[in-house]
Amino acid sequence: MQFFGSSDISPSPTVPTASGNNAHMMYVFNRNGVCLLYREWNRPLRTLDAQQDQKLMFGLLFSLKSLTAKMDPTTAEKGNLGVPQLPGQGCSFHSFRTNTYKLSFMETPSGIKLILVTHPRTGDLREPLKYIYNLYVEYVAKNPLYTPGTPIRCELFNTSLDQYVRSIA
Amino acid sequence: MAAIYSLYIINKSGGLIFYKDYGSAGRMDTNDSLRMASLWHSMHAISQQLSPISGCSGIELLQADTFDLHCFQSLTGTKFFVVCEPGTLHMEGLLKHIYELYTDYVLKNPFYEMEMPIRCELFDINLSQAIQKDRVALLGR
Repeated sequence: MQFFGSSDISPSPTVPTASGNNAHMMYVFNRNGVCLLYREWNRPLRTLDAQQDQKLMFGLLFSLKSLTAKMDPTTAEKGNLGVPQLPGQGCSFHSFRTNTYKLSFMETPSGIKLILVTHPRTGDLREPLKYIYNLYVEYVAKNPLYTPGTPIRCELFNTSLDQYVRSIA
Repeated sequence: MAAIYSLYIINKSGGLIFYKDYGSAGRMDTNDSLRMASLWHSMHAISQQLSPISGCSGIELLQADTFDLHCFQSLTGTKFFVVCEPGTLHMEGLLKHIYELYTDYVLKNPFYEMEMPIRCELFDINLSQAIQKDRVALLGR
């Protein structure tokens, strides 16, 4: 627990080093909430099994989106809390931070959700996520053997993703 | 333009005990603010479950397209959160100051019942002063 500036009580994660191993995991969901990709680089703690974890993550993002859409202090007409919204409609969010991790989020117009979980002190990852989306388009969406809505099994995508994430984080 | 849009205080079970709006477009009605508070309470708890590292104490900062949400949780589980313009600085300090005001003017008030909505005049006065001071400091920059 972070309390009055002293971080002695909380287990502060190690500061990112030049070797760049501070990305924890990455999720890709489609608009129906199917987890297309789950990649993990560094995850010491696992509280749930993989499927439950992915469901919980999608639920968190879904609810946070409806929260931000309703809370948006710049528009008066927001509709009711929890009304379904199309991708790009309403106020969304791009990241949140806790004392142990930072989650960066991007939603594409087709409803693909990209989630990258990193060290809490990493900067803005909106551009890197766009780049990862480009990788997805190049290696997954343009792959003739890939059926949309199924888990991604493209070696080329995985290796280039690993390489890229290592370079940014 | 207001730097701070609104302030919420929620008790340890997710009930809204204080809500004040400082000029956001389309003020939220009572039911909506109660729903937002309990929704935030659960999102805060779920974020702890999803942590890749142990010792997570929930969301501290949520960056949305049009606002930032800073949250501070006290040791007893009371959560304070402000909605402010994106990139507003020193919100952690302000939240801790609001927490001090809460302990001084709410918890030490013998007529205050724990976990119930806050209706303390002294708290209101000191809170608006603190927010005002914060705004002046912002204008001075």
